[in-house]
Amino acid sequence: MMDMERRKFLKFAGISALTLGTGFCTGSAESTSDMWPDPKALKAKRWAMVVDMGRCREDCPKHCIEACHAAHNVPYIPSAEDGVKWLFEKPYKNAFPDQQERIVPDKFRRQEFLLLCNHCDNPPCVRACPTQATFKREDGIVMMDFHRCIGCRFCMAACPYGARSFNFRDPRPFIKQINPAFPTRSKGVVEKCNFCQERLAVGQPPACVEACKEGALIFGDLDDSGSEVRRILLRKTHIQRKPSLGTYPSVFYIVG
Amino acid sequence: VSMFEKALRGGRVYWTWLGVLIAFVGSSLLVYLYQYRQGLWVTGLSRDVSWGLYIAQFTFMVGVAVSSVMVVLPYYVYNFRAFDRMAVLAQFLAVGSVIVSLVFVTTDLGKPMRLLNVPLHPTLHSMLFWDMVFLTGYLGLNLVIGWTALSAEEQDAPPPGWLRPLIYLSIPWAASAHTITALIYAGTPGREFWLTAIMAPRFLVTAFAAGPALLIILATTIEKLTVFKPGEQAIQKLATITLYALILDMFFLGLEFFTAFYSQIPRHMESFRYLLFGLGGNSAMVPWYWIMIISILSAIALLFIPSTRKSRVRLVVTCTIAFTGLWIDKGFTLVVAAFIPNTFNQIKEYPPTSPEIMITLGIYCLGALIVTVLYKVAISVKGGREEGVISGKGGKAP
Repeated sequence: MMDMERRKFLKFAGISALTLGTGFCTGSAESTSDMWPDPKALKAKRWAMVVDMGRCREDCPKHCIEACHAAHNVPYIPSAEDGVKWLFEKPYKNAFPDQQERIVPDKFRRQEFLLLCNHCDNPPCVRACPTQATFKREDGIVMMDFHRCIGCRFCMAACPYGARSFNFRDPRPFIKQINPAFPTRSKGVVEKCNFCQERLAVGQPPACVEACKEGALIFGDLDDSGSEVRRILLRKTHIQRKPSLGTYPSVFYIVG
Repeated sequence: VSMFEKALRGGRVYWTWLGVLIAFVGSSLLVYLYQYRQGLWVTGLSRDVSWGLYIAQFTFMVGVAVSSVMVVLPYYVYNFRAFDRMAVLAQFLAVGSVIVSLVFVTTDLGKPMRLLNVPLHPTLHSMLFWDMVFLTGYLGLNLVIGWTALSAEEQDAPPPGWLRPLIYLSIPWAASAHTITALIYAGTPGREFWLTAIMAPRFLVTAFAAGPALLIILATTIEKLTVFKPGEQAIQKLATITLYALILDMFFLGLEFFTAFYSQIPRHMESFRYLLFGLGGNSAMVPWYWIMIISILSAIALLFIPSTRKSRVRLVVTCTIAFTGLWIDKGFTLVVAAFIPNTFNQIKEYPPTSPEIMITLGIYCLGALIVTVLYKVAISVKGGREEGVISGKGGKAP
């Protein structure tokens, strides 16, 4: 009994502290807006992204990556091995290493595929994290709490998609221009794409979707039968990364 | 407290040894402070190989720690009296090893100051959370059991009654602790090299080979340096345990090879191909892997020969060979190769950097320091009782 009371108290104390903390330091935490939801906020049962490879141009300067990394203060670290990536590119054979077809249409063999966190419906990273610093929201977004992460990198070992980056060094000197609307990170924590939850919360589409001039990135509610993502997926041939692992990614690639 | 004073009385060799260890621990602490300030980029770790030397040492040393059950079980449950003087050595080795593994896992953290977030936010579905629970518990159990049993002996009294249930608890606790260490790896969907149900059994057998092999080496060293005699029968029993565990290890490894190469599933073969033959011109770990296989196989062959077991020098050499092989496997390749190739089927090798290696050596020196002090106490109590003299590492105390 004693224990339960204590736990309840601690929980209450924790929530109060959190509320006060976020209230007073507006902009310091990623989820500020959750406390006073914006009436314009975009909501979904399960957010999903469709990458239409037919529209994703080879010679495109990839405004999407630039927009994403600028919006989220992602550092530009020159050495690839220490690099931080939220949205990045890999050739077909690396993006889909389990596809063993011998003959791949030229277009796909040459083209780089846009990769990001898959926001899995059954995320192995969330299972692995020992502190719940990474967690799945009701709307399917897999989030990171940069303030709770201990930097054990179990999530990186657990993620089958290489979607997670670790801040091997202080990222701040490597940020081209700091966006004050989004927190910067310190060294020693893991980060990844957050499906622009901070933008959805104020009624804006993800930065990459907004930046894409070709309409190759489509974002919407997978569980809403009237949504654009749903209509496209019903109509066109699409693939997902490593579907046999049972993670149920929320990112789809139109290849037909 | 009075028992701890025994650690403060020792000869020249004892103090020199402690001094050397402290110097190493101190200088590697400086290197660690450099890593702490700079971040983990000073290691060879990368986006592709995100776990390396530290986590591998953690894994290996948890194994050494739990292997004390190979002594505790026969001694306390089956009343195998030959382990009379070996039990405390095994338990104190366990204490040192658990501390070492906890230090390694903390050293690997990006935010070590936030370590307490693990108990503050208990996460039942995370194997790392359970591992922390079981390891700290195991540390406590071994400290309490080892120390209480030794204090009782010092006062010529039987150990208190409450100790026995704790000892019995420590046995399944040890097996569980290492099983959970294996489950950290065995449940990761994208790393087929780890994704194998035999991971936990193999972890246990490599532990039960590495621990007893190390105990033979340590017990022989103590025998040479002090009047404390752990006993020939105890050594022989440990040699047998090592042999059986090594055979099981190779059997399990053979099964891993079969599943990978007979099924021909690329993702299951690739890491093994990388270790055995190299992939796309990347072969940094190939010689190590072959040394591992050859050393374990030759240790098995040598341990079958009665003259090896009977000659202490040959036995210690054989145990060193076995231990080296086991360390290469579980202390390096087993962790690292799961990241090679990475999730994109690309190859990025992992060479540890010198700061990383120095920190690693320093942590092992810390372990050696702890074990030396604990052994000094144990030997003073036990040796004092049996020989009527207080002896220590490196000669007689005043």
